[in-house]
Amino acid sequence: MSAALLTDLTIFILALLIGIEVIGKVPATLHTPLMSATNAIHGIVLVGALLIGITAHTTVGYVIGFVAAVFAGANVVGGSVVTGRMLKMFRKKVAQPAAAQPGAAQPELESLDGHKGLRGLADKVGMGRGQS
Amino acid sequence: MTGFSGHIGFAGYIQLVYVLAAVLFVVGLHLMNSPATARRGNQVAVTGMIIAVIATFVLLIHAGTVTTTGWIVLLAGGLIGSGVGLFAARRVQMTAMPQLVSAFNAVGGGAAALVAIYGYYQAESIGGVLGTTSVFSVLDVLIGSVTFAGSIIAAGKLQGFIPGQPITFTGGRVLNIVLAVVALGSGAYLFTTPSLPALLIVVLASLGFGIMMVLPIGGADMPVVISLLNAFTGTAVAMAGFVIQNWALIVAGALVGASGSILTKLMADAMNRSLANIIIGGFGTGDSAVAVGGPIDAQVRAVAADDAAIQLAYASKVIIVPGYGLAAAQAQHGVAELAKTLEDHGVEVSYAIHPVAGRMPGHMNVLLAEANVPYPELVEMDEINPEFARTDVALVIGANDVTNPAARRPGNEISGMPILDVDQAKSIIVIKRSMGHGYAGLDNELYYGPKTSMYFADAKKAMTELNSAVKTLVA
Repeated sequence: MSAALLTDLTIFILALLIGIEVIGKVPATLHTPLMSATNAIHGIVLVGALLIGITAHTTVGYVIGFVAAVFAGANVVGGSVVTGRMLKMFRKKVAQPAAAQPGAAQPELESLDGHKGLRGLADKVGMGRGQS
Repeated sequence: MTGFSGHIGFAGYIQLVYVLAAVLFVVGLHLMNSPATARRGNQVAVTGMIIAVIATFVLLIHAGTVTTTGWIVLLAGGLIGSGVGLFAARRVQMTAMPQLVSAFNAVGGGAAALVAIYGYYQAESIGGVLGTTSVFSVLDVLIGSVTFAGSIIAAGKLQGFIPGQPITFTGGRVLNIVLAVVALGSGAYLFTTPSLPALLIVVLASLGFGIMMVLPIGGADMPVVISLLNAFTGTAVAMAGFVIQNWALIVAGALVGASGSILTKLMADAMNRSLANIIIGGFGTGDSAVAVGGPIDAQVRAVAADDAAIQLAYASKVIIVPGYGLAAAQAQHGVAELAKTLEDHGVEVSYAIHPVAGRMPGHMNVLLAEANVPYPELVEMDEINPEFARTDVALVIGANDVTNPAARRPGNEISGMPILDVDQAKSIIVIKRSMGHGYAGLDNELYYGPKTSMYFADAKKAMTELNSAVKTLVA
């Protein structure tokens, strides 16, 4: 076993333990948004899809890279947006739909050159349109 | 990228950025421990995702080996995928969330499998694969392909493209075993002999296994299946992380794997069935809302809207027990309106949510939140069960098996399943189209109890009637 593999395995096991600890505290009320949020998080596979580009110099490579990028792009953007949409519906009181989330300050996010799909994603996820 | 000696180099710094992204995922999920902070949690996770993608672009530019075609392919793919995802996420009805989550499981698993397939193809074309790498590659391809095919079938069943009933045929189980053996056997062969055809066999057999795994599973078992496929996708992504030695993928995959596994166990426990029992199937039909239409038994007491409205309006505490039938009838807005009228009249209203009410974990909560029900009124089973004894009226809408007191006795299909103690309430009103059975195919003893009145109607129509009757009373 190489040192690199040992490191990777250690990270994997520790992350599993953290996951069990953190997820165990999520209330049942939020289980659907939780699953949707984790859905978006496994969209990190987009990174893997993009890295295919480094060595892809043949048609087979391009096709695999393209399909992987489509899949992962849909996964990450769709998952994040729908999670935001759902969480916006959870209100403490019926009376004040607009002022429901005082703490939710919008993080300053850079847009990403040449990648419009992610540009302004934070707006769509967090703030923005009223009740759809 | 790993295994640095001394100086970590450019790729090492990028790996640190990936660690930052992973930290933000953990913090984001941590913030989901309360509805008040959950939105911020999602934003934190999205920030992590954006950072990871930026880092990847920096890495691609720094590598300098991406061809023009490569850039076009990656950007076009990413943009098309993002557009499709954005469109689906904005358009989806909340009742259709399970399908959408399944679809995202499918593409996530598919992308993870493709990462390993490409890695294998690439390594093989330059001569041989390392033993340790191929273990993770094979696992990634196996799990990713099973998830891809299985999730598509699950989404098809939920959407109604494929019948929700368990689909079984002679020899199905044997075929399943054969596919598993072929996939594992070809995978094992790859450890010793690099071979693209063998990899292709692994892919095809895994896809077949995924289809065959989900086809025999009934609609009511979907919460378990979706959770399980979610765990699979996470695991596949973590395996992809091992293949390309990327810590963001390993951590994110592990988090999702842990989350999916926890939810799978919660859902299976809530039905008191083992995972093996659900996967093997042979039990469970489609929607319990689609009544099988038995004759109305003479022993039950039927009520009309006016009587039900009087009971509700003069109660001091009402618990609403929603089931999937409520969502299937699109009656959640009517229920929320009724609850609001009662509350304005001074009645204490809360909702008893069974873990498997709906088609995915927590589904009912989202449906009610969409209908403007404040989340403090949505109470989990363990918390609300002691409340039934001091409740004047329990209003059961579209829930069946999860209210059946027979579960407390041994010797029937639902024995031992945790249920809502609806029968403890002072009086019970059940809204139901007919005396049809729930998915367990069992008579619900609750309906024959002396305190129970049956209100035979479609949930949506019943809500319209009840709303106008209650409003007349309290006006």
